Amino acid sequence: MAEIIKNASAGTMESSDAFVTIEPAAANQINIESAVEAQFGESIRKSAEEVMAEYQVSGAKLTIKDQGALDCVIRARVETAIRRGMEA
Amino acid sequence: MTKLVKNIREAIELSGLRDGQTISFHHHLRNGDFVLNMVMEEIADMGFRDLTVNASSLFDCHRPLLTDIENHVVTRLMTDYVSAGIGHAISEGIMDTPVEFRTHGGRAADICSGETPIDVAFIAAPSSDPMGNCTGKFGKSACGSLGYAMPDAMHAKKVVVITDNLCDYPLQGWSIPETCVDYVVVVDAIGDPKGIVSGTTKITRDPVGLVMAKNAAKVIKASGLLKDGFSFQTGAGGASLAAASFLKDMILKEGICGSFGLGGITGYMVDMLNEGCFKNLMDVQCFDLKAVESIKNDPRHIEIAADQYASAKARSSVTDNLDIVILGATEVDTDFNVNVHTDSTGYLMGGSGGHSDTAAGAKLSMIIAPMFRARLPIVCDHVAAVSTPGKDIDVLVTQGGIAVNPSREDLAEAIKAAGLPLIGINELKAKAEALTGKPAPLAHGDKVVAKIIYRDGTEPSPIYSVK
Repeated sequence: MAEIIKNASAGTMESSDAFVTIEPAAANQINIESAVEAQFGESIRKSAEEVMAEYQVSGAKLTIKDQGALDCVIRARVETAIRRGMEA
Repeated sequence: MTKLVKNIREAIELSGLRDGQTISFHHHLRNGDFVLNMVMEEIADMGFRDLTVNASSLFDCHRPLLTDIENHVVTRLMTDYVSAGIGHAISEGIMDTPVEFRTHGGRAADICSGETPIDVAFIAAPSSDPMGNCTGKFGKSACGSLGYAMPDAMHAKKVVVITDNLCDYPLQGWSIPETCVDYVVVVDAIGDPKGIVSGTTKITRDPVGLVMAKNAAKVIKASGLLKDGFSFQTGAGGASLAAASFLKDMILKEGICGSFGLGGITGYMVDMLNEGCFKNLMDVQCFDLKAVESIKNDPRHIEIAADQYASAKARSSVTDNLDIVILGATEVDTDFNVNVHTDSTGYLMGGSGGHSDTAAGAKLSMIIAPMFRARLPIVCDHVAAVSTPGKDIDVLVTQGGIAVNPSREDLAEAIKAAGLPLIGINELKAKAEALTGKPAPLAHGDKVVAKIIYRDGTEPSPIYSVK
């Protein structure tokens, strides 16, 4: 089980990328802002939830600022943010 | 006699403008234009109501017009293109009456035929003499061609020239003659030179763009149209310019000389002229300083009026004799219909301009676009707005393959014979969606905020408000 112990981020604000931040919180919370929210908002949320579940993250606020990143990029940025947030 | 009046207000008073009438503007000063705002400020101050504004294009610098719309000074808009700042307000429903979008050729045709009469035309002129002989070729606010203003000047009931460079009579090399002009107003500045002409647009360095551009040039070669006397137009986007650059190398290597380059003219087209790729440029609007210099100094670089450029109602127009055009798209559907009016969120941020005119006229009309842009596949089931109907589009070039309109089997054969990567449009859509996922459909509001009037007068699809 992954414990988020500090604020961390991954990604950029470039087009076709996503900027993901994570911080410790009482319960899991995911905020998404996306240039393609109407078309892919649900998909982005589902992917973020899946990666969070994979790492068994239970107390973190995850924020995704998406500039139209492909799903594999979203997942990679979320995973990197989580792993950085776990490091002492 | 004199046509000089002391200010814009006096010109408006003398023009006899009344509530409910139509005024017109042209867009050669682009995002640096001061004239539309200066005129509208006076008009609002004088208490006019219910006017129609017919402007060849509207840019973000024209946002003060939105206040005139809210105050019912302006209640109808006709235009060929809007940038995002104006487009957003329209999409959010600022107008009670839908905006009428025409093509550049369609606007000119309807002005010349009397379909859309103009009561007072305001001409932003970088140089004029006191009788109204005027040009855009020189002056501190030089913009080059005044092509889009010419139909307005020829057919409006009253014509007001507004200049910041008053020259001795007779001005040499006028674009619009005094015979059209009623009043001349001198102001401090008609525009901001930084917004009027951009610096040189750069050729793309994006590897995806370069792959598309290389294939675009090869498709043109395969089409068999690249021979002595050919004619060519391209957009000013990075990938289109890269395609033109590859094409230039091909033309020079093979020693071909074309007849003319057409369009909105960029420095790249000027280079092609100077290096011997074609004999002439036909220019309805200059995009950069190099084009402005060229039209001023080089007699091979010819200024043309919007109706000669692209009117479907004229006895002939240049687009009728166009061989090749390279165009962009925000969306293309599986019937090859193209949207250049709205963005991926449904907001207006463009317009046809000369897109549909050149696509209809050219023997080869090519769309060059990435397979997907920020996760949104370029090919969809149905475009949100039909700017240019699929019947006028021959081929779509992407980095994921080249899709040819089924009506052009001959072209598909030629592309196949040249060993280029052909792909069906439905396969191309599937290929993109395999990477991006399938986008959820975009819902729109109930209000019709704009209608697209195609160059033949038909209205292929209304544009709805955003939700």
